[in-house]
Amino acid sequence: MRIVHPKVRRKRVFSALLFGSLVFGLLLIQAFRVQILSSGDWTLQSDSNRLRPVTVSAPRGAIFDRNGLVMVDNVPGYVVNILRDTPKETLESLEILRAHLGLSEERISDLKRRMRLYEPLIVDVDASFEEVSVIEEHRSDFPGVFIEMVPKRRYVGGEAISHALGYVGEVSTEELDTEMFSSYQRGTLVGKTGVELQYEPLLQGRNGVRYLEVDAVGRIVGSMVGIQEDTGDPGKDIELALDLDLMRWIHEIFPDSLPGAVVALNPADGGVLALYSAPTFDPNSFVGSLSTEDWQNIESNPGNPMLNRAIMGLYPPASTWKLAAAAIALDLGVVGPHEVMPIPCTGSMSYGGLQRGCWLSTGHGFLDLAGAIAHSCNVYFYQLGLRVGLDQLLEAGNRIGFNQQCGIDLPGERNGVFPESREFWERRFGYTPLNGEVLSLAIGQGPNSQTPMKMAQFYLALARDGTAPTPHILGERISSMDEWSLDLSSESIDQVRDGLRAVTAPGGTAHLTGSLEHWEVLGKTGTAQNASSRGQDHAWFAGMAGPWGKEPEIVVVVLVEFGESGSFATPIAVKAADYYLRKKYGIPFDTIQTLGEHLQAGRPAPWARW
Amino acid sequence: MVSKIWKVFALWSGSPQLVLGVSAMTMFGILMIYSAGVLNIPSAVSQGAWIRQIAWWLLALLAFSFIQRMRIRWLEWFAYPLYGFSFSLLIVTLFFGTGSGTAAGVNSFLDIGFIRFQPAEIAKLTTVLALAKYISGYAGDFRNLRAVIPPACLVFGPLLLVILQPDLGTALSFIGILFAILFWAGTPIVHLTLLASPGLALILAYDARIWAAYFVLLIAFLYWYRSRLFFLESLVVMVGNLIAGTISTPLWNSLADYQKNRILVYLDPTVDPLGAGYHVIQSMVAIGSGGLWGKGFMEGTQKRFNFLPEQHTDFIFSVIGEELGFIGTFCILAGFGFIFYRLLKMAEKASDVFAGLVIFGILGAWVVHVFVNIGMTINVVPVTGIPLPFVSYGGSFLLMSWIAVGIAVRVVQED
Repeated sequence: MRIVHPKVRRKRVFSALLFGSLVFGLLLIQAFRVQILSSGDWTLQSDSNRLRPVTVSAPRGAIFDRNGLVMVDNVPGYVVNILRDTPKETLESLEILRAHLGLSEERISDLKRRMRLYEPLIVDVDASFEEVSVIEEHRSDFPGVFIEMVPKRRYVGGEAISHALGYVGEVSTEELDTEMFSSYQRGTLVGKTGVELQYEPLLQGRNGVRYLEVDAVGRIVGSMVGIQEDTGDPGKDIELALDLDLMRWIHEIFPDSLPGAVVALNPADGGVLALYSAPTFDPNSFVGSLSTEDWQNIESNPGNPMLNRAIMGLYPPASTWKLAAAAIALDLGVVGPHEVMPIPCTGSMSYGGLQRGCWLSTGHGFLDLAGAIAHSCNVYFYQLGLRVGLDQLLEAGNRIGFNQQCGIDLPGERNGVFPESREFWERRFGYTPLNGEVLSLAIGQGPNSQTPMKMAQFYLALARDGTAPTPHILGERISSMDEWSLDLSSESIDQVRDGLRAVTAPGGTAHLTGSLEHWEVLGKTGTAQNASSRGQDHAWFAGMAGPWGKEPEIVVVVLVEFGESGSFATPIAVKAADYYLRKKYGIPFDTIQTLGEHLQAGRPAPWARW
Repeated sequence: MVSKIWKVFALWSGSPQLVLGVSAMTMFGILMIYSAGVLNIPSAVSQGAWIRQIAWWLLALLAFSFIQRMRIRWLEWFAYPLYGFSFSLLIVTLFFGTGSGTAAGVNSFLDIGFIRFQPAEIAKLTTVLALAKYISGYAGDFRNLRAVIPPACLVFGPLLLVILQPDLGTALSFIGILFAILFWAGTPIVHLTLLASPGLALILAYDARIWAAYFVLLIAFLYWYRSRLFFLESLVVMVGNLIAGTISTPLWNSLADYQKNRILVYLDPTVDPLGAGYHVIQSMVAIGSGGLWGKGFMEGTQKRFNFLPEQHTDFIFSVIGEELGFIGTFCILAGFGFIFYRLLKMAEKASDVFAGLVIFGILGAWVVHVFVNIGMTINVVPVTGIPLPFVSYGGSFLLMSWIAVGIAVRVVQED
């Protein structure tokens, strides 16, 4: 090739420079776009790349009783984690922890399945302080093991408060689909039952967040504590109407072997003083992880400890419902407060060609309303029922709300069962009811099942002026809760109370079991025929107590399944009332409370009425 | 004193400005390779790479000095044998080549016991020499397309072998060499464009209608341009475009999946953000988050937490962009601009045809390297494994780049 003329060379170099400027200009423009114009977007992505958000659970609100005693609070819980670089190392650390934490073979194999590279392996969600201290003091012996502190729920009342307070657990997949938990994150501890569930939105608080620095494969680098960005808001503390001491006392006196329920209400505002259901469970055992063994124990228990009988158990109210019949009759004016029924009780009464019996075969003779209540005379109430009439009794029973729930602020309350009209029989039993059905209903039998809570609400009205607010667990009364009224004159209420008073008076059905030294007890026993195979009847007591000659200050309803007769339930109710009132008035406490107990223990009871 | 040192340096280097620029770039590269090894998760691959790079640079300086003492005509005489030697090395590589940690799928390395190197790097330089020798000895005129055929064949030989490795990035730099040398030899830009047109046809053929429209335009142009071309030449261009358009689809289908993906994610990186698009996206995140001033030397989080792929070799620019920001980008482009400008000036001054051709051949390869390497990190071109000259970690590439500088300086002095 010939030598190229310098002029031509210069021209070509100029073209090459032009081309080079084009190439470099293109790169520079794109770099400008990426690094200057859209730098913000990329920075955001860079941050989200390396920072992995970790939820910091906000401590749940504590729960206090009416006297400010702690019922539920949070204590530090220790979570033991392993974080190593390789699965082999993780297994080594696990082997070291196995002996230290006493992990079972089953647990180890479960953990091995859950191992994820570069993610902390949670070995124990609830290690003891001693175990953790050893790990912290001998850090080098436990490579890759780190302890995380998380708030742990502590139920001070334990078994005594489990049904009222409920328990917490990780939110389940089904719950996440519901509206209430739709904004929750997996793994969050939520209330499962009771107050914990009812007031979940208050107690939960808002979770915080911290960021862990991670590399491209998700390995955590740097501090395990991470960067605290948002501490969240702790849940709200709440104060309940419950009385922790009373609930503990009830747990102590309630027979261990029998299922049942106790409800105590405060007549002043309808606040629930105690709510107990047996058999019970220890909510503390649900904290952390429930061992398979524990869960099986609960599941296989024929008594169904998870059932809150106070608001979910439906029982025939039996004689305790006679007061409802009486209230309806007085309201309608079909019986006078002092009116004596024309047919005396001779142990039975003939109606429609059948003999309908009274529980006392020798008969009660002529009785007025108070006497009929005191002796629980069926024959009187048969006649009362006939005067009211089936349709009116149904109408009034529905108006008072015996086919509804009382609306207490607890999840899962069941409706009462009470015929809304005559069609109920056709639907349920396939026949048209005769007027005679009113006889059964009037004495609390027939198709009528109520929860202890519903009966307590009815007796609450009797302990007040005939009106009853909705029972509530939360300390402060929620204003929107409506009251219902029995439309009873104060004379009628006095008359009904006279009957209830006579029950624990000499000659009443609960004289020995229901009399107290310091307090006047008004109440009604009941014996509900049990349809189940065990055949033993359920025992009821529904009543109220207060200082002599004054208004009642506590309403108590007790139901004991298979308790044979009302006399079994009475002492529980009366002892609970005594405990509460003594505490309230500062009278020293004594375990020998009822007249019967005094006699049994050989203690003099100069206060006793005979 | 200073002027004395400068004189000695000028004497040793032959072209002090160029060698100073290239040295600065190399030292900057070593700094960035050091930074690329500063990770929160220590990695044996990138840690200590900077020491090895220094060692290679010392070797490169030795080689540079040696070339300065060498009679450059030897290179011209030995151009063909050297070309043949490197060609056979490439053939050997096809059979015995191994992948490297960063480009495991590409068998581009030869391992001869004490050393591992890429024969393609040698082939680039020998191809430049062989082309320059052929063209400078050719009596004809490069304004006719027929004269282009032998040089094109010289390039397509090693190019084909490199494609078979398959190393598309290096193959591109061979094309850069060919076009740059032909340009300096006097081939009109229109002809170079026509020469490149089958490549364009290859891309446009993804849609038959677009390709058809393009082909009609091409014929119209050839008709208008008929006075400057032999009929046969026009025919060859047409047939080339026709063939390219036809084989486009089968060629696409024959591509390995990773190659297809690289092209697809170039068009839209988000189609496969964790797979083929991962490199581009993470690189853009790194460079973009660098902003104007960068996150600071050694402080890049994308790098520290291992989000960047191959951060000390092919993606070293992502580290630069992240840690030094747009300022860093500008400086590195300015640095290359300076080096290329110096080379152009040397070519302009060289009356010797061989010298000018050699310099343009080297330039052609490096422009492709810089454009494709930086371009892929900011999604201007698809991702192809190709290092940044003087900056990326890589011993044989650094050595050959410095030898190329030495030759460029030497051929001009010989003038």
